[in-house]
Amino acid sequence: MSEPFEPKIIAFVCTYCTYAGADLAGTSRLKYAPNVRIIRLPCTGRISPMFILKALQKGADGVLVSGCHPGDCHFTHGNYHARRRWMVFRALLDFIGIPPERVKYSWISAAEGVKFAEFINSVTEDIRKLGPFEQYSQLIGDTQAPASL
Amino acid sequence: MAKIGVFICHCGENVGAKVDCTKLAAAMGEHPGVAVSVEYKYFCSDPGQESVKKAIRENNLTGVVVAACSPRMHEATFRKACAEAGLNPYLCEIANIREQCSWVHTDKDMATEKAMDITRSMVEKVKRNNKLQPIEVPVTRRALVIGGGIAGIQAALDIANAGQEVVLVEREPSLGGHMAQLSETFPTLDCSQCIMTPRMVEAAQHPKIRLLTYSEIESVDGYIGNFTVRVRMKSRYIDIDKCTGCGDCITKCPAKKISSEFDCDLGKRTAVYTPFAQSVPNIPVIDKANCIYFKNGKCKICSKTCQCDAIDFAMTDTFVDLEVGAIVVATGFQVQNNSVYGEYGYGTYPDVINGLQFERMASASGPTAGKIQRPSDGAEPQTVVFIQCAGSRDPSKGVRYCSKICCMYTAKHAMLYAHKVHDGKSHIFYMDIRAAGKGYDEFSRRAIEEDEAAYVRGRVSKVWQENGKLMVRGVDTLLGRPVEIAADLVVLATAMIAQPDAKEFAKTIGIGYDEYGFYNEAHLKLRPVESSTAGVYLAGACQSPKDIPDSVAQASATASKVLALFSKETLEREPVVATNNEATCAGCWGCVLACPYNAIEQKDILDRSGRIIKRVASVNPGLCQGCGTCVTFCRSNSLDLAGFTEKQIFAEVMGL
Repeated sequence: MSEPFEPKIIAFVCTYCTYAGADLAGTSRLKYAPNVRIIRLPCTGRISPMFILKALQKGADGVLVSGCHPGDCHFTHGNYHARRRWMVFRALLDFIGIPPERVKYSWISAAEGVKFAEFINSVTEDIRKLGPFEQYSQLIGDTQAPASL
Repeated sequence: MAKIGVFICHCGENVGAKVDCTKLAAAMGEHPGVAVSVEYKYFCSDPGQESVKKAIRENNLTGVVVAACSPRMHEATFRKACAEAGLNPYLCEIANIREQCSWVHTDKDMATEKAMDITRSMVEKVKRNNKLQPIEVPVTRRALVIGGGIAGIQAALDIANAGQEVVLVEREPSLGGHMAQLSETFPTLDCSQCIMTPRMVEAAQHPKIRLLTYSEIESVDGYIGNFTVRVRMKSRYIDIDKCTGCGDCITKCPAKKISSEFDCDLGKRTAVYTPFAQSVPNIPVIDKANCIYFKNGKCKICSKTCQCDAIDFAMTDTFVDLEVGAIVVATGFQVQNNSVYGEYGYGTYPDVINGLQFERMASASGPTAGKIQRPSDGAEPQTVVFIQCAGSRDPSKGVRYCSKICCMYTAKHAMLYAHKVHDGKSHIFYMDIRAAGKGYDEFSRRAIEEDEAAYVRGRVSKVWQENGKLMVRGVDTLLGRPVEIAADLVVLATAMIAQPDAKEFAKTIGIGYDEYGFYNEAHLKLRPVESSTAGVYLAGACQSPKDIPDSVAQASATASKVLALFSKETLEREPVVATNNEATCAGCWGCVLACPYNAIEQKDILDRSGRIIKRVASVNPGLCQGCGTCVTFCRSNSLDLAGFTEKQIFAEVMGL
């Protein structure tokens, strides 16, 4: 019997809210799934859709983006820009062959360590159900393998 | 070739128990570009930091990754240690393997694997880190205080008394604000004018304070330490240098029936006027809209009366340009217009007044010289009904918040009324009594116990006129029955709201505001007197409803912030700011739309003969706060964010 599939998830978070929320989960010693790797940015406004694509290309099975709640952005409205960008980008995901369920967007404040832990667990389970995301990596693998024509 | 040092901290058992640090150190040692990879019990300790410094010197490291606790914990510690060892501090990064790894996972193998990913990703980032230098910004040591109420005066005096220059701008003809309108103040029943007017005089006479009354802010440019502000000095039609303040013009002015703003329409004033007798400066202004000369071209009685030839009908607005380093916003509040409550009859029945009107009536210098009387017939009211929360805590009228001062001033009104009309009876309709503050609860108890104010818990549904009385119908929710009171006077405890032009003004100075128009502090708890814009501070009721002690405390707090800023000639800022590649910038200005701080300016690229070749974006590092939103907007990839460059982040992703 094969090992259960452990998804790899990359999270892009802002340093003021979600990163601090993740730290709070740590200081509160909450336990959550070890599948997420966090990349810290100053603000969700800094998160380019290219980062998400690069993460998926690199072999992530899921990506999540999280920042301050609307109205709470340390930089007054970076998270609104991020949300608008996300609305557009989500519509394009299907088109470029990425199931939109693999990219999650959320607001987690510096006080929401519990929410962070629960969110990571639920995303991990969701992505586990979806299985590995191989469309991109397989293609790259195929192109690098010797041609059998 | 990169020579990165990786320092893996056990943090005692905190990391070590769940992450195999030895395995992690060995794996990192194999990673390309890593010159040193070591583990230690506590790297944050003195010997730990020393070992990092030693490793930097001995191996000529080009970057440092400390795999330990959160960067929010010890980033500053290790960056400082790097700087001491001669390595640019921005070449040091923290891999968070405690809060976001060892503390939250139970499986040691999985946690170790995750710690490897986190550390490797950081190593890849550090390879692409650039040396950064803190940004030095010069500081103009002069403060602008906007608003001449108690908060503005307090801030100006505190800054000036510490020896720094202050420009105090007030848009009304006199200093004083709302506090000058009050009769007596809770919880001590001090006469407001008696404690306020000396402060006004002190501010006006202070050698370090330049006072600009009847003036408004036109524009604010620049950034912390370096603001340029344009002030419009509205035309008084009276030469401020010639006028002695004798008041002859006021006595002789024939336009006497103008309703006085200062007396909340309960009194009258002339067309040439000072708002109140103790005005500072004691120089009148001519109200152009009501002046007979300006309306009909004939009169000039004031001009003929004036012995010092101070009256100048041809005067125009003038502008003053100021260079300031810090701005204190103390623009205060307004009272809500009670006609939003049609059922209470404010504006329809003359004997329904608001709290501020009651203050003027109770004031010895007010329109009734301190006598409580009905505006309709001047009779002394025998029964007064006070209605609390007339506006506050009522979402249907757009004010969800508590105005904070009304419980206290209503108690005070009931007391003042009892002291002036001994056989009078006061009834107070309330929702809750919120008397938190030093001496406040005792004060409101006194209103009940000594001055026999009858508190009725419940709302009023309707006020109507019947047989010369105001009938007040409400409910007593404690007794569970309706109440009807025949009153002579009804006083509404009106909500405090933001100034009507608060939002517009916030845009002029570039600060944030909430849904009501109150200005947003940078952090509700930890930075309550700073706005989101560096160098702009908030004092008094422009930030939220406040009483006098809170306003004064906040004003002094802003002064201490301003003085801290002025304590050095230059200020240092984190160099995490956006940078632009002018060669590739197409000047689309998408970044300008994105920037919350107006930090992006247009810059002309000129050829030798001075012709404009192209226009590009240029980031002002003094204003930029480093959010990076513009970078993501940039279509030509010209903008980048120091410390979080595209290359660094892609490398982090690729390292995972």
